Order: sequence, then structure tokens, then C-alpha cells
Amino acid sequence: MATASHTHDEHGHGHHDHTPGFVARWFFSTNHKDIGVLYLIFAVVAAFVGVGLSLLMRIELQSPGMQIFADGQAWNVAVTAHGVVMVFYVIMPALIGGFGNYFVPIMIGAPDMAFPRLNNISFWLLVPALMLAVGSLFVGGAGTGWTLYPPLSNATYQSGIGPDMALFSLHLAGASSILGAANFITTIFNMRAPGMTLHKMPLFVWGMLVTAFLLLLSVPVLGGAITMLITDRNFGTAFFDPAGGGDPVLFQHLFWFFGHPEVYIMILPGFGIISHVLSTFSRKPIFGYLGMAYAMVAIGVVGFVVWAHHMFTSGISVDTRAYFMAATMVIAVPTGIKIFSWIATMWGGSISFKTPMLFAIGFIFLFTVGGVTGVKLANASVDVILHNTYYVVAHFHYVLSLGAVFSIYAGFYYWIGKMSGKQYPEFWGQVHFWMTFVGVNLTFFPMHFLGAQGMPRRYPDYPDAFAGWNMVASIGAYISVASFVVFLYVCYRTFTSKEQAAANPWGEGATTLEWQVSSPPPFHTFDELPRIR
Amino acid sequence: MRRSIVSRFAGLFATFGVAGMSLHGASALAQEAGAAGQPMVGAPHAWALGLQPAGGVVKEAIHDFNQLVLWIIIVITAFVGALLAWVIWRYRAEKNPVPSRTSHHTLLEVAWTVLPVLILVVIAIPSFRLIYWEDRAVDAEVTVNVTGRQWYWHYAYPDQGNFAFDSYPIQEADLKPGQLRNLTVDEPLVIPVDTNIRVITTGQDVIHSFFVPSLGVQKYTIPGRTMETWMRADRVGTFYGQCNQICGTNHWFMPIVVRAVPKAEFEAWTAAAKQRFAQVGGAPAVATAGKAEADTTQLADLRR
Repeated sequence: MATASHTHDEHGHGHHDHTPGFVARWFFSTNHKDIGVLYLIFAVVAAFVGVGLSLLMRIELQSPGMQIFADGQAWNVAVTAHGVVMVFYVIMPALIGGFGNYFVPIMIGAPDMAFPRLNNISFWLLVPALMLAVGSLFVGGAGTGWTLYPPLSNATYQSGIGPDMALFSLHLAGASSILGAANFITTIFNMRAPGMTLHKMPLFVWGMLVTAFLLLLSVPVLGGAITMLITDRNFGTAFFDPAGGGDPVLFQHLFWFFGHPEVYIMILPGFGIISHVLSTFSRKPIFGYLGMAYAMVAIGVVGFVVWAHHMFTSGISVDTRAYFMAATMVIAVPTGIKIFSWIATMWGGSISFKTPMLFAIGFIFLFTVGGVTGVKLANASVDVILHNTYYVVAHFHYVLSLGAVFSIYAGFYYWIGKMSGKQYPEFWGQVHFWMTFVGVNLTFFPMHFLGAQGMPRRYPDYPDAFAGWNMVASIGAYISVASFVVFLYVCYRTFTSKEQAAANPWGEGATTLEWQVSSPPPFHTFDELPRIR
Repeated sequence: MRRSIVSRFAGLFATFGVAGMSLHGASALAQEAGAAGQPMVGAPHAWALGLQPAGGVVKEAIHDFNQLVLWIIIVITAFVGALLAWVIWRYRAEKNPVPSRTSHHTLLEVAWTVLPVLILVVIAIPSFRLIYWEDRAVDAEVTVNVTGRQWYWHYAYPDQGNFAFDSYPIQEADLKPGQLRNLTVDEPLVIPVDTNIRVITTGQDVIHSFFVPSLGVQKYTIPGRTMETWMRADRVGTFYGQCNQICGTNHWFMPIVVRAVPKAEFEAWTAAAKQRFAQVGGAPAVATAGKAEADTTQLADLRR
């Protein structure tokens, strides 16, 4: 990890800092930090929708029989919206738009992102995107699952404007992501401060760099697929309709060629955050820095050639299944390197257990659980009976709900003092951690049992034998939702706090550049470029 | 310092290796299959932790492989958990006020790259064998064509007189005592026991998935495609499954019931079924696998 050769002093901060007025600052912003804050606010707003939907779903599933949903279609719409909102409007904006925008330029010693106006449009594209996604719920919605497989997503089976709105929503979110990715790649390659070589870059920046490449290469494929779906729906083409010579399985290939890198898009920035938090609170440098960086690169590269492991029961040939199975299992190796390097980072350290560290340690264990179940699912031989069951639901919520979300919370507690200038209340942060930890594990662990017993996903009602574990999962979900309320209280306490956060509240373990500037950092972070030794 | 790190890691590896091996012997999570002689019921059980009991050789093979992987991942998770617990306890700031500055250890890094590769090879070898074996039936005596439709199943027996019928779920209000809610159908798919059954799946409207956990079989039914898999029941009984790919509003209510009966009973059933479904089975059964007209018949059918 790089260390700045001189501490940025705060002289002249008064007269160099021309903060624009409210409207110019928040609506026409070209400042990476303000745009980062907008993204984070956006993610919290979208989280109300995503969490709200999951609460409704768990109320429905609490006991057998139809409880609160009118019919299966209403349920399918909720399932779809939950997935789309959480992936595109909560996790990605928080990790990439929020923390990425705010901290990548600071960490590499750049004054701002390479294309500040592009940055602005990236954010503002997301606002109509979310409005379309939420709006589609009120005009019938898309009851297709987030995977949008045709023929179910064709006009014959999902009529109305709801699915089209959801598809346009994805288009806008995709455009936002592609522009953002181009911006990150340019910034990281061209705007590093003198001395900040690629091999000195903080791991969060490495994570963002790989993520940006994944976005740039995978999102256009999704764009193509959903464009074809839109024309199939509205203009009589038959890309995915066998009656016109098209192929539903083609859509699955295109979707997952995007969809699989997407899961790494959601976790790689989190990997970076976890590395920083562990290093800071263990007061030790990252163990095996180069291995960590190139493990992320390897995950990114291999992540592009494993997509059909989502399609083991879609009729791909047995040789194809064998290849995708082998390639998928290979990903366990760089992931293992990361897990063990994190533990080795803590080994020999002097660890203090502040809230961000609790979330980071929780992340390591829960991500391991989600990772090893992924190894099992990678095997087409056993995926035959686990595909599309709650085992899969448990697996991807362990890596996302308990992986990506834990890394977002770790980043929030780690950086909120830096971003707002006000420190969070430690006691309530720890209450939040423990409630979340208990809640999400109670929600998702029993889903392994349900899946092993063969409970299919996207079911509003289920055979009575599944009632027991579903009740437990629902209780866990209520605790998780309550923990989200605690999180909102933490935000309230933080922002109304009178206490000014120090430039570096974490001590000698915090070595990256953001800790060398004031809290919050000046409007233009660096008046002169820092030199990195 | 470096040496002490290595020895601690090595010590923990050894400890958990032994623990792992002793755990492997006790396959506590395996569910016991139904007693021989009694008709078996392949259905989910309340509060169960593991897989549904196996009704045939395919599922038994999946069980064996699942056991192997399950214990490997349990040991790995326990190992990571134990390392974390040790680190949290041993290197907390109060106990270890001065942190080390260790940031590299080539041997260790090579070890945690190579060991996972070896573990993956241990998993991959049986897994490869299993997927090739699961792929195609050897000497299938019976072929059934399965079509998923919104929201019921359509079954055809091309080699038993080419009759076909629909299998609808039973509404909750019409259930007889003892019938399972959301799992019972009016006309189960009947197969002979101890026989390799070739399953040909085709789609008609949207994608569905033919999924019977206790027989270890799952395949999508995709419009425009004809796909093959197989199953085999080695016990007489009833095996329940459900549609496993989102297919619209009643996705949750299109169960599958496979009834495995002795061969003589199967012959009698097909004879009767040929008569019974002569009128209702008007829809032509999709052609047998291997016949050239399979795809054209299917596509013609799709154009409706």
C-alpha cells in the first residue's frame, strides 16, 4: 500500500474552496465526491424498495398457502423487481457509483474523475432508470424473474407495457454503467499521482479497475440481448422465438454472458473495501498484495468464460457442461487466495474490533460459506437436483446479501466519518452489525435445507413439508429488516452529531491517501498533486 | 516470525484434517431411504436437512458425490472459521499490542494456491464421471415424452402404442385424505420399476423444468428444442416433483408425480391407458428420439 510522502495540510482551504450553491452542487454536479454522495443516497432510497419487497415476500412465505399476494403473477413481479432493484439500483450504485466515485480519485491522488460531466450523466441516467423499474410495478410489472427468459418475457406471455418499462430501465442502467466504466478506466490509467504505479495502487482501486473492465465488456451484451427482446416483443422480430427460427437458449447465453461477470462486478469492489478495513484495523499491511491484486484480475478474466454453468439443465451438451464445470471450479482458486490472504493479513496484527472490522470479519466467514456452496453448485452432476432450488437462493444471497452488502456496510462505517466529517456512534454500529449478522444467517442458512429437499425458487406457495424452515427464514428476515431500521437510526445519529471527525480516526493502520486529507475532504481534494514514495 | 506463522498454519491444517476424516466416516446427514418392500414416497420432509431419499441409481450416485463434496466444504468452512476465531482471540489489540509487519511468505502463498487445486481435482474426477453417466440412458426400455405446458404436464408413450395424456394438479379443496397439497396430480406419469427410462423433453409455450428430486432428474422443456435425459426407479413407489423454471402465474402449481410400478403392472396399465386415452390423447405424441422427423413434428406443432 502506498504512503504519501507528505501530509496534505489544510492551509488555504478557505479561499481555494469555492463550493457552488445548492442547486449547482447537487443537480449539476461535476464533483466526484458530490456525485459519490448522490449515488449513496440513491442506493439507500432504492434499498427501501428492495428491502420492502423482500419483507413482503417473506411475509408471503412465512406459512403455506397464499397470504398477501393476489396470484402467482403478482408474486413473480415482486420477485423480479426485488432482484433488479437490489442488483442494479442498490448494490452497484453503492459500491461502484458511491464508494468508487468518492474514493478512487482520492486514493490515486487525482483531483477528480477524468470526465466529470460524463460522471454526472452516469448518475442522472440512474434516476429515470429506477423510476421506470418502480413505475413498471404499477402497470403490471414483469413477472419473468430477473433473468427475463423468453418465451415467458415475450409479448404473448407478458403483455402490457410493464416488461417494456423494466427492459428500458435496464437499458438506462446499462448505459450509466458503461459510461461510468469508461470513466473509471480512463481515470485509473491516466490520472494517478506521480509515483502511484499500478503495483502501488490501493486494492480498492484494483477492484474498481477490474470491475470497470467487466462492466465495459459485459453490459453491452446485455444491452444487445434486451434490445432483441424489446423488438421481439414490439416489432415482430423472432430472435428468441423458435416459430420464426429464433432460439430461447440464445437469450440465456447472452444474458449469462453478462450475468456471470455481473456477480463479480457486485463483489470485486467489496473485496477491495474488505482489504482496506482488515489492514487498517489489524494495523498491518495487506498480506500478499500482488497476489491479492492479480487474484482479482484472474477472477475477472475467468469470470467471463464460465457463464453456462447457469444453464446446466438447458440442454447444452454434456461436453459443454464438462467444460463449464471445470472452468467454474477454477474460480475457487483465486477466491481461496483472497480468503487466506485476508486471514494472513490479520495474523500477527493488533486487531481492534470497530464496526467496520466486525463487518469485514463477518464478510470473510459468510463469503466462505457462499463460496463453498458455489463449488458444489458448479458440479453439473449434483446441480441436476439443486439448479433453481432454494439452495441456489441461499448460495447467491450468501455471496451478495451477506457478501456485497456486508462490504457496503464495512465501507460505510469505515468512511462515513471521512465523507460527512461526523463519526458514527460506535455502540449503535455494533448493535447494527450483530442484528444484521443474526438476521441474515437466520434468513438464508435454512434455505440450504429447503433447497436440498428440492424446494423450487420463485414459489409463492409450497408443499407443507417446507413450512418449518420457511417460518425460520421469515423470522430471520424480520430481524434483518429491523436491523435496516437500526442502520437508518445510525445514519440519523451520525448526521446530527456535533462531533467533528478527525482526518484519520483509525490511527497508523490507515495508510491510503484519503486519510491524509481533512474530513470531509476539501471540495477539490488536492490543490497540488501528492507524491507517492 | 515467518516460521511461527507457517507452523501455526500447518498445525491447524493437521488438526482439521484429522477432524475432517473422522467426520467423513459418519454420514449423519444422509437420509435413510424407505424400507425395502414398502412402496416408497419420494417427497420433501418437514425440517429435513439433506437431500430427499433416493428412489433410484441415478439419485444414489448423486448422493455419494454430494456426500463427498458436502464433507469437503464443511471441513473447509470449519477450517476458515477456526482460523478466524484463533486470529480474533490471539491477535486482539489487548493481547498483541505490537503488530508484526509481515506481508509476504512465498511458500505459504504457493501452498494456498496449490492445495485448493488438489482439492478441486479430488472433486472433479468423480464429478466428470457422474455427468457423463447421468447424460444418456444405456439400453432404455421405455421412452416417455414430457412436455411442460402452462400449467400442467403432457406425457406421451411413443413405444407403448403412442398414447398421450395430460397431468393436472389437484386443487386443495379436492384433495383426498393423505394426499399432499400442491404435489398431487390426477394422472401420474407411470413407469416400470428397475428399468432405464429415456426422458425426452420438449416445450410448447414457455420454458418449464421437469424436476423429480428423488429420482435425480431435471431437464428444462424448451420450445423449439428436444432434449434427452434419463431416470430409473429401483423402488416401487411414488416420486413427487415440481416445475422448476418460472413459467407464469401458476408456476408454483404444476406438480409432477412419477409412479413406479412392477413391470407386469406397467404392461397392464399401458394396455388400459391406450384405450382410456384413445379419445383424449388426440394431440400427436412427439416422436421418439433418434427419429429424423422429431424436430419437424415439434416445430409444426409449435406454429399452431
